Amino acid sequence: MLSRVAENLYWMARYIERAEDTARLLSVNSHLMLDLPRHLPLGWAPLIEMTGTLEAFNARHTSFDERNVVHFLCADAQNGSSILSALASARENLRTTRDVVPREIWEEVNQLYLSVADHAENGVSPRRRDAFLKNVIRGCQTLTGLIEGTLSHGPARTFIKLGRQLERADMTTRIVDVRSASLLPQNPEELLPFENLQWMSVLKSLTAYQMYRQQVRLRVRGPDVLRFLLQDPHLPRSIACSLETLGHELQLLPRQDRVAATVSLVRADVVDADIQALAHSPSKLHAFVDELQIGFAAIHDTLSATYFVNADSVPRVTQRQSQSHAGDHDND
Amino acid sequence: MSQVDWNNYACRDFYDELLAAPGKPRASADELCNMLAHFSAEELAERKTAAEIAIRTMGITFTVYSEGAMIDRAWPFDIVPRIIPANEWRKTEAGLKQRVQALNLFIDDLYHDQKVIKDKVLPAEVLAQSANFRPQCVGINPPHGVWAHICGSDLVRGGDGTLYVLEDNLRIPSGVSYMLENRNVTKRVLPELFASGKILPVDDYVAQLYDMLAAMSPRPGDDPQVVVLTPGIYNSAYFEHAYLAQQMGVELVQGSDLLVDDDDVVYMRTVEGLRRVDVIYRRVDDEFLDPEVFNPHSMLGVPGLMRSWRAGKVALANAPGAGVADDKVVYAFVPDIIRYYLDQEPLIPNVPSYLCMFEDDRKYVLDHLDELVVKPANESGGYGMLIGPRSTKETRDEFARLIKANPRNYMAQPTLALSTTPTLANGLPQPRHVDLRPFILSGPETHVTTGGLTRVALVEGSLVVNSSQGGGSKDTWIVETDENAAGAAEQKGA
Repeated sequence: MLSRVAENLYWMARYIERAEDTARLLSVNSHLMLDLPRHLPLGWAPLIEMTGTLEAFNARHTSFDERNVVHFLCADAQNGSSILSALASARENLRTTRDVVPREIWEEVNQLYLSVADHAENGVSPRRRDAFLKNVIRGCQTLTGLIEGTLSHGPARTFIKLGRQLERADMTTRIVDVRSASLLPQNPEELLPFENLQWMSVLKSLTAYQMYRQQVRLRVRGPDVLRFLLQDPHLPRSIACSLETLGHELQLLPRQDRVAATVSLVRADVVDADIQALAHSPSKLHAFVDELQIGFAAIHDTLSATYFVNADSVPRVTQRQSQSHAGDHDND
Repeated sequence: MSQVDWNNYACRDFYDELLAAPGKPRASADELCNMLAHFSAEELAERKTAAEIAIRTMGITFTVYSEGAMIDRAWPFDIVPRIIPANEWRKTEAGLKQRVQALNLFIDDLYHDQKVIKDKVLPAEVLAQSANFRPQCVGINPPHGVWAHICGSDLVRGGDGTLYVLEDNLRIPSGVSYMLENRNVTKRVLPELFASGKILPVDDYVAQLYDMLAAMSPRPGDDPQVVVLTPGIYNSAYFEHAYLAQQMGVELVQGSDLLVDDDDVVYMRTVEGLRRVDVIYRRVDDEFLDPEVFNPHSMLGVPGLMRSWRAGKVALANAPGAGVADDKVVYAFVPDIIRYYLDQEPLIPNVPSYLCMFEDDRKYVLDHLDELVVKPANESGGYGMLIGPRSTKETRDEFARLIKANPRNYMAQPTLALSTTPTLANGLPQPRHVDLRPFILSGPETHVTTGGLTRVALVEGSLVVNSSQGGGSKDTWIVETDENAAGAAEQKGA
């Protein structure tokens, strides 16, 4: 597979995952806001922090009201992380590489982008938002399903999965980071009002609430949720699980040693983390999430240096060597 | 309720592809015209909408540069197919094969002995002033002696029903993907008519293209690595490049994906490392192909590519330099070229042409600018032309100056009474002018597409069919019209 194509597929998958996770965030936050009393400090601002777009947002808006935030995250073409922009970028990445995936995948990406472009403003209207976001999530899931069900096992699929898993791990840490900062009490004895409800929203934004109930069988408490989202080996959106999948996919690629080593280091960080300590100190947790983000960037950089940027320095592939040698012998 | 009344179809002034006269469909179009006549206005509009949705969903687009940015436009498509009877098509096919065979012999001759000039069939000055003759290609022997592996010849039908060749595109002709996609859309939109099995399929093309390319490999016997080289996403034909690569199951590469090493072999950068490339279906113009040899500022090409090609370590389709034969002045000599190389009479005539390089012709052209179409020798896409009957005095004066300054660069043809075919306008079929671009593949065997791409000028009275200038396209049906199949006409409008 061409290096450029691998890179495009990887980014396409990252953008699709980003669009889906952003839609999940907006969906859960919208529901949560309906349940919480108005005086609670929690509002729409954390969503901007989570998506790492604070600077861009401040350049365009002066207040974190619902309309501004939701419009910025759904429909703002200037915001590179909005659902609209993410899907546009996914489409552009696939446009140049559509020759390597089944046509239905391109049609679905194209269709999803066009429908979101036509209806992005619906996301802003509270009455239509739910349907709009569900459509985005369902569209992204349809794509994931198409990829799983129709794309041959091979490098295209591998690079798509690498992109998806890395973006997913990244989005999960963002959610954990920002939500936890406002939810973890400075004094662990103190029980915040509606804490339970808010931790539930964290789980729901990752579609992890039922899985949590099945697996943890405890009432929803901060440290348990944190452990579940960081370390659970079975939850598809936990960080440990995403990194585990990433490591497996890498084994399918040639020359994967350096990347695999980087992934192992980050994964060890997650698995060995002292959850009790993190749960009782928002500043420790924040520092830990920072460390993970640096780790994800390192994974991306190593991937990029190995497979994307420049293959000049790597050895030649003697393509189908055995076959052609066999042919030579026959001729002799 | 019948909404389409063919008696009101105003096709009196031109040869119409589907109707011999108002209310009188040709035999090949009888079934289609009957079916359309039984459609209500709503049904017709529904089919049109279905086609638009299909095109949007399938992402069939073309790219326009202007309007400030790169814009992807939905492919303008008309649902009413253009029909050619199979017996007529078989003759046309033979004529196209003859023409391309002669053109390939001609190009090979120009880059070797130039007998055609020594024997005074082509004036030496035509070659001397050719913008597309590449001295860098002299003496090269491409596989099978073929230079123009993929040719797109534009055919037009005059008032008397004769098909003429209007021009040959031997550099990087485009449009075949739209031919294939038009068929896919039409099958979705008018499935009833395909049931009778009289419409010949078009989808052999991709397999034939791949086989032809694979046969050019410098490493025969091995499984050849074929790639499509595109200038990139901003090229107006990018859709087609991606489409053909996908359909053939080969890599779509850009210049930056390839490199030529000290061993003169072309490699592509892959996630496994460098991989040898054997055959390049290049959709990049000659001038941008290799900055070491041609335009040194080209970012689209591959440094060293010509070196590798000359060394016989990679095959290029079309061969660099093939464009020497699609010069619009050389065009005028093609009938003589066919006689010279094949000792045969041309099966498809040229449109009569006046060459401004000849004094008598030039005088005639300058005196009749208001009647003629004047074309520069080396433009494509319909740019830089004068359409006499629709021109202002100012542009005619401008062209007179241009012609006098550089007579070799201009040729003129009478304004043709291009044929029309029913095309939806305001919900009803109206006559609109069309041309036809079949594609001819030349390798160990020669193949002609079944029909080709029909382009239509969507504006009433307009003769400009180029998609970059407001043209559209439609499916082209080659239809068997034997007596046995006539009964199937009863199955219409199901």
